[in-house]
Amino acid sequence: MSPFLLVGLVVLLGVAAVVIYLTIALARMIGIGVLQWRDLISLDRWQEVFITIGRNKLRTALTTISVAWGIFVLVFLLGLGQGLDNGLRKNFARDATNGVWVMANKTSVAHGGYDVGRRVQFNNADYDATKKVKGIDHITGTHFIGGRGWGSMVTKRGNKANSFSVNAVHADAFNLSAHEIVAGRFLSESDIANKRKSVVIGRPVSQFLFEGANPIGEWIVVHNVPFQVVGVYSDPGGSDEERQMYIPVSTAQLAFNGADKLGSLSFTVGDAGPEEAKLIIDQVVAQLSDHHNFDPTDRQAVRVHNNVEQFERFKKLFWMISAFVLVIGLGTLAAGVVGVSNIMMIAVKERTKEIGVRKALGATPRSIIFMIIQESVFLTGVAGLLGLAGGVGLCGLLAKLDNDFILNPGIDLSTGIAATVFLVVAGALAGYFPARAAARVNPVHTLRDQ
Amino acid sequence: MLRLEKVNKYYRVGAHSLHVLRDVDVNVDDGEFVAIMGASGSGKSTLLNILGILDDYDSGEYWLGDTLIRSLSESRAAAYRNRFIGFVFQSFNLLPFKTALENVALPLYYQGVSRRKRNQIAMQYLERVGLRDWAEHLPSEMSGGQKQRVAIARALIGKPRLILADEPTGALDSETSQQIMDLMSEIHRTGITVLVVTHDAEVAARTQRTIRLRDGKVMGAHEAGHSNPHMAAVT
Repeated sequence: MSPFLLVGLVVLLGVAAVVIYLTIALARMIGIGVLQWRDLISLDRWQEVFITIGRNKLRTALTTISVAWGIFVLVFLLGLGQGLDNGLRKNFARDATNGVWVMANKTSVAHGGYDVGRRVQFNNADYDATKKVKGIDHITGTHFIGGRGWGSMVTKRGNKANSFSVNAVHADAFNLSAHEIVAGRFLSESDIANKRKSVVIGRPVSQFLFEGANPIGEWIVVHNVPFQVVGVYSDPGGSDEERQMYIPVSTAQLAFNGADKLGSLSFTVGDAGPEEAKLIIDQVVAQLSDHHNFDPTDRQAVRVHNNVEQFERFKKLFWMISAFVLVIGLGTLAAGVVGVSNIMMIAVKERTKEIGVRKALGATPRSIIFMIIQESVFLTGVAGLLGLAGGVGLCGLLAKLDNDFILNPGIDLSTGIAATVFLVVAGALAGYFPARAAARVNPVHTLRDQ
Repeated sequence: MLRLEKVNKYYRVGAHSLHVLRDVDVNVDDGEFVAIMGASGSGKSTLLNILGILDDYDSGEYWLGDTLIRSLSESRAAAYRNRFIGFVFQSFNLLPFKTALENVALPLYYQGVSRRKRNQIAMQYLERVGLRDWAEHLPSEMSGGQKQRVAIARALIGKPRLILADEPTGALDSETSQQIMDLMSEIHRTGITVLVVTHDAEVAARTQRTIRLRDGKVMGAHEAGHSNPHMAAVT
């Protein structure tokens, strides 16, 4: 059985148990006429409750702490879960979620008469062939300038110089990234076809070289070759993704003595699921192995990074985290509610005499039950709101920390409202069984005990 | 006022059944002042439970006024207690976190009287027991006699037709006991039926007659005026 199914089953069982308990308790409460609307708005009854609560400070404090803690942990965990989720999604937002990266590497299996350790080198023909594979909607080859991977190049403008990563790509590279164009445009098909010296730069690059001036149409020097800026982009992934530049793959091959070499091929697979994506990738790798004489099962000859699969895995991870957090949070809360029930039970025992007196003076079982429940609801309600405020507050503090893994932790309004409603119901339930015990107190027995 | 006819009560203790009240016949007229005496285990408290509608009985009949008290629902029982019966206990049983005034007013809370109104009425009753100046004091600040007077005011506030006093002087010294019994006599003179459960012969002597219980049976009623309290004590 998969762990997801197991967690789901546990959650489902928990929810079912709560629903059953709730139904039984509510039915009983209505059955003996405990629930009556006018009681809730009776100021006199509330005053009675406040007086009792005020006179039992230690008990009140203990109850409040136990519930407040439960809610605090629940809210904090939910908020933290949300923050982790946000953080992971942001990290993932660097690239297209349906992207596949295929990089040339060294063979690890002898094949077709060639020895192990031979370097595989893609070329423009591979790009053209891969482009024809069905299911691929965007594709770019990347030329590794000077044979290196993500090489940094000295980039100059006037007397300003710095080193930035330069990517020599096709126009579709834009579709494989999460970039947003903030000025101008990205590289176009005609830039590639005409081997233009166009460059698209990241926001910090523009900031560094142009210090706020409009860079579009201006010339910069990359690795001693002048390029004209056609666009500026930004990326939700942050500065790592933004301190880069894009130039046409064709221009790079020409200008930096790269012949028709490509270091990697990247493409998106539309809305293909993990299985379809795998078929497409298999086909691409098969073609490449044909062209370059390597074993198609050789995992080292070409390295494949499959975001479709990765994203699927991440989605499951997110789900696991949320489920985990929910189970722990609800467990803590349940412990808090049971704690209240316990304390109310002790309170009832401690107040046996008082309840006996009240009954002798004409208190109906209904009014006794309602009194205990009202106290319980009030205590859990106030405590819960305190915990809620604490949890939200801590999440707020955490949000101020600059952290790559946790982003904007916190809970939304509907969760807050649900938690509050849940608390009031939980308070009523926590109070119900002790209250029923209280209603059964026999006055004369308790009052004669010295 | 109240009439018990062949009332039987059993307590089930495990597999055994304890016969606590055996064919108890009690007849108390309107406005009578009666003592119930008996050793512990004689069924006194069980009888008090039944008279106070705090417990049901197994056979026989209990008439309170014109009402047959039998197998009442808890809420009906609570309503009858509230309207017909005022309780006075040995240990006073005031709520420790409520002032004298709030304690006296409590039965009216269960009658749905507004806070202001019931505090007003409670003040009148506190005045009747001579504790007007103690209205805002907590029970812990009062003497035993004062607490019992607060409890009596509380028993009276619902205008009951019957006062059930369970060892009302049991926790008090003899002088205070005298004062409390004076107060009981006073209440009796206003026309309220008063039943006092006691093992104190002097207390019983202050009543009009004594009902004696032994082993769950009524031993026979005597006119208090014809019986010597000290003789009564040894019977």
